[in-house]
Amino acid sequence: MENLQCQCGHMNPPGTNLCESCGRSLTEKEQNSKLVDMRYEGTARRSQTYNKSIIDKIWNFFSSVKVGVSIIIVLLVAAAIGTILPQQAFVPATTEATIKDYYADTYGSIGRVYHYLGFHDLYSSFWFIALVGMLAISLIIASLDRFVPLYKSLKNQRVLRHPSFMDKQRIYGSGAGAEDTLEKAEVKLKELKYNIRTDKNGLLAEKGRFSRWGPYVNHIGLIIFLFGVMLRMMPGFYVDESLWLREGETRAIPEVPGYYLESKGFELENYTGEGGEEVFGEALDRVGTVAKNYQTDVVLYQKAEDALPGAADGQEMVKEYPIRVNQPLKFDGYAIYQMDYRLDELKAMTFALTNKETEESLGELTIDLIDPVDTYELENGATVELLGYYPDFSGFEDGEPQTATPLPNNPGFLVKLITPETPEGETSFITIQNTVEPLGDNDFKLTFLSADTRDVSGLTVRKDSTLPILGLGGLIFMIGVAQGMYFNHRRFWIQQKADGTILLAGHTNKNWFGLKKDLDQVVEYASLPAYTDQQDEIDKAEKAEKEGEALS
Amino acid sequence: MNLADLSSNLLYVAFVAYLIATFVFGGAVKGNKEGTFNSEKRWGRVAITITLIGFIANLGYFFTRWGATGHAPLSNMFEFTTAFGMTLVGGFIILYFLYKTPVLGMIVLPVALLIIAFASMFPSEVSPLIPALQTNWLAIHVSTVVIAEGILAISAAAGLIYLLKVVDPTKKSKQRFWLEAIMYSLVLVVGFVVASSFFSLTGYEAEFTYVDKEDKEAAITYAMPPIFGMNEYVALTDEAMAPLIETPALVHAGKLTTVVWSVIVGTIIYWLIRLIFRKRIAALLKPFVKNVNLQLMDEIGYRAIIIGFPIFTLGALIFAMIWAQIAWSRFWGWDPKEVWALITWLFYAAYLHLRLGKGWQGEKSAWLAVIGFVIIMFNLVVVNLIIAGLHSYA
Repeated sequence: MENLQCQCGHMNPPGTNLCESCGRSLTEKEQNSKLVDMRYEGTARRSQTYNKSIIDKIWNFFSSVKVGVSIIIVLLVAAAIGTILPQQAFVPATTEATIKDYYADTYGSIGRVYHYLGFHDLYSSFWFIALVGMLAISLIIASLDRFVPLYKSLKNQRVLRHPSFMDKQRIYGSGAGAEDTLEKAEVKLKELKYNIRTDKNGLLAEKGRFSRWGPYVNHIGLIIFLFGVMLRMMPGFYVDESLWLREGETRAIPEVPGYYLESKGFELENYTGEGGEEVFGEALDRVGTVAKNYQTDVVLYQKAEDALPGAADGQEMVKEYPIRVNQPLKFDGYAIYQMDYRLDELKAMTFALTNKETEESLGELTIDLIDPVDTYELENGATVELLGYYPDFSGFEDGEPQTATPLPNNPGFLVKLITPETPEGETSFITIQNTVEPLGDNDFKLTFLSADTRDVSGLTVRKDSTLPILGLGGLIFMIGVAQGMYFNHRRFWIQQKADGTILLAGHTNKNWFGLKKDLDQVVEYASLPAYTDQQDEIDKAEKAEKEGEALS
Repeated sequence: MNLADLSSNLLYVAFVAYLIATFVFGGAVKGNKEGTFNSEKRWGRVAITITLIGFIANLGYFFTRWGATGHAPLSNMFEFTTAFGMTLVGGFIILYFLYKTPVLGMIVLPVALLIIAFASMFPSEVSPLIPALQTNWLAIHVSTVVIAEGILAISAAAGLIYLLKVVDPTKKSKQRFWLEAIMYSLVLVVGFVVASSFFSLTGYEAEFTYVDKEDKEAAITYAMPPIFGMNEYVALTDEAMAPLIETPALVHAGKLTTVVWSVIVGTIIYWLIRLIFRKRIAALLKPFVKNVNLQLMDEIGYRAIIIGFPIFTLGALIFAMIWAQIAWSRFWGWDPKEVWALITWLFYAAYLHLRLGKGWQGEKSAWLAVIGFVIIMFNLVVVNLIIAGLHSYA
């Protein structure tokens, strides 16, 4: 395509609607319309100019606001569909098969269809992410397509415009002027904080041009935000681990090399309705128990620099901290959150080795349920050997005891009881409230005496290095929105012809009311000719025509 | 009188003031002769004064309750919804002083009244905060959201006025149907309030046990006569009415019963109005909008969104993400409330882009503004009460 030469001699790039230099209408459509289309200053936008190659077509597709809005609407509907049933992250099932069953069992055929369509994990689905990606592309292309020509055009704009540009502005007036009209107008406009440029017999007053960049700035903010979200898939930027920590236990923090965490104790506190809480009495009576605080008192240790790898000692205390909901422990870019708890997990069980007949005790032994030892020597020469330990006993399979989990929920012990009377040893299998003697009746048994329990804290270990990027994106977005919405770009063109006639035109990207208020002051001060709002005239004419039709 | 009692009395004062102001605004607008604004000018001033008195009482309710509970009263359904009613009036006051439009008050105040009445149907005693809510972010995040939603709702009110003026009630059309549907749904809220108040004043209670969707035994107390019975229900209250239909475990028959009672009562009220006045409600309101300047209503609707959208972004997305990162260790988790906040935001973003195009100002914008309000109400009511999630504090 060829460049367009304007009557004023300026060469405009193909696709230009209004001459970049003088503002004359270059297309037939513009020439025939009463008002010029001032959006993007009548510049050549790539999307409106080229439509040949595949790249043109893709560019044109994504630069369209209609397409952008359509993507937004599709995303909106998709997001809503994802809330019809809970997402898989919120259902009490973890494996693929149990999740599928859960939807079918709980929600019947609706659940089955929902799961079949993949809506149970909608927000991580390929197509949903692709939609977000398309939105990002649309943000970039639609912004570039408009910003680049608009920026160039506003940067290079001339003071003097052709009368045909001026009289096609929405705000327009012409009439006789005095000799000092231009100077007076300049003074008043300066007072109103306009930037003034003059050229020969003309004046251009401009204010708030930066507001034109608002949309592009907020789009940049969104792009930065989406980029930050994408970045978390890169290794090293994001850590999300869970850590179950028992009271009194010290553990290495997963994915946080060199750091250890000890739990001094977990505390669950409920509202009592007493003391200062009497005001809540009625509410507590209605709903029952309400939790007041979940807290794990922890000590953070760091491996000393000179410590040997794997050595248990050589840890230096970094800090003590009570982790509570809303008050995570923070260190070195990581944060540890109070997320869950288990109360009264079994810690140790104490038994007495007793003679079944005489009920005489040969001594006591305590088995640590997390870290049991193999042999327990009792005072009177008796020994208990722990042949097998099943922390979460779930039954026998092929005669072998099984454990469902490594957690001591239902401990089972296979023990050999050796006493001076039974030096060969007697075998016994013990679970809570039950004893099995697989190799015949025994003379001795282990009698349960007591159990120690402790609480377990469910902690989340988190690092998210993308947060500053997301924050920056959000900040830029907000700045852009304020810039574009709360300010506007106002311009006046004033010219005095050789015969003293004043031409006056004004334009703003929004808030015409404010523009007119400014102009009224200038008109009064500098005795400019009266102006009209040509859009209002057109509207009135249309309305009159309609009413005329209705009457006839 | 302790602080909590003072607080609820101030809420009554606000309620009554809004009620009176509604009628004064209505009279102010109705009293105009075609094409003149004398009545508006005279009575509009009286009406806005009453509104301001009500709003000050409303703020008084808010801060005395804050004092009584020790936390920002934005922590449950009653508190949040009441605050929404308050910010709606606040948004109206701002726009009233910008544009001097009594007709806006005539629409906004009754809606605010309905919202406050709706809120009062939920348990309103002062309740303690669960650990997740014990932070200043409660006040920061929720108050920003509720202010933003109050302002955004004004755009729906302006849209509604626009539609009342342009939709012809004498000609059958899609527009006429949907406009009346909006009116009908507002009456349904009245139905809910009337039904709840009636059964609560008469002290109705019926207890049942049932089997929930996880196959566990559970108990429920109906506050309204059970039309629907829970899955495998067993009545514990002797003289209570037997449920007519038993629902499967997936459906919460108790909530369904409340909804159906509200629809029944609301529909009766709606048809009573229709029978007495022999007109659609939209047509009844038509004389009030005869003097409305359509361009101005469009401008108010747009301006409300321009003000509300950035505040909503800040409160419902940015502050929400910061708090979620602190409390739940992740800034975003696709919890239903989060998703619906995103949907609301996307919707208004679409609105702002559509208005760039020609032909989307005026009536289409008005419809969009009303739909925006429907989305906000959906997020408030349905997501809280039906779609359970982390935000279900009611």
